[in-house]
Amino acid sequence: MKDTDIVFRALADRSRRTLLDRLHERDGQTLTELCADLDMSRQAVTQHLNILESAHLIVTAWRGREKLHFLNPVPLQEIYDRWIGKFERSRVRAMRELKRRLEETKSA
Amino acid sequence: MPKSRFVYEIYIAASAETVWKALLDGEFTRQYWEQEHFSDWKPGSTWEHRDAHGDRKVRLLGEVLEASPPHKLVLTWAEPADRANRDRHSRVTFEIEPVAEMVRLRITHDELEPGSKMERDITHGWPRVLSSLKSLLETGRPLKTWAR
Repeated sequence: MKDTDIVFRALADRSRRTLLDRLHERDGQTLTELCADLDMSRQAVTQHLNILESAHLIVTAWRGREKLHFLNPVPLQEIYDRWIGKFERSRVRAMRELKRRLEETKSA
Repeated sequence: MPKSRFVYEIYIAASAETVWKALLDGEFTRQYWEQEHFSDWKPGSTWEHRDAHGDRKVRLLGEVLEASPPHKLVLTWAEPADRANRDRHSRVTFEIEPVAEMVRLRITHDELEPGSKMERDITHGWPRVLSSLKSLLETGRPLKTWAR
């Protein structure tokens, strides 16, 4: 399987995206921290983390005897760079900003 | 408050020596980073990171803590305003490890002040720099790293 396929397959699961959200909120968490308040068994979280790690979306590093998990956004940057070129970036950002503002207005 | 740490990794189809050179040599960094590095990369020496165009302003600087070519480089990393203020320097560790026909480049950026401008800059910056470095080494074409 190609790297890009592995990344998309890893992302095609809500629980795994939740784990990435948690690391985006606070990087460098242990398995126990990641499991807190989640409606998933420790074993299921471990399996999801393994899939995310094989897609290089997370990397692990040690702090003493604790294994910490870090979000590695580099594969996502590569996907972004593949389809969004130099000149489109400002337009994409302007549209994202517009969407954000319109949605804020609507919910206000 | 504890300092923060981020870890980035990329796999590149190149030799460890090539990746090492690409990280340090201004001729390379100018192409994928749009900035140039200056140092003799010896432990205890200083390094600077300047704009490759225009007034060649110094953007970043620090000290070389450890250099074991082509596998490991440890630098302190700071804004020019903090040149003399070592307490405010963050730290970057580059680790280059051959994996099959590729190398794994891992960048650990730690000793960061949570919520600082440096923290915001590097979390946007490293993924772009690494993606552009890989593109340059594998295809010969860098990406427009800082295009907006």
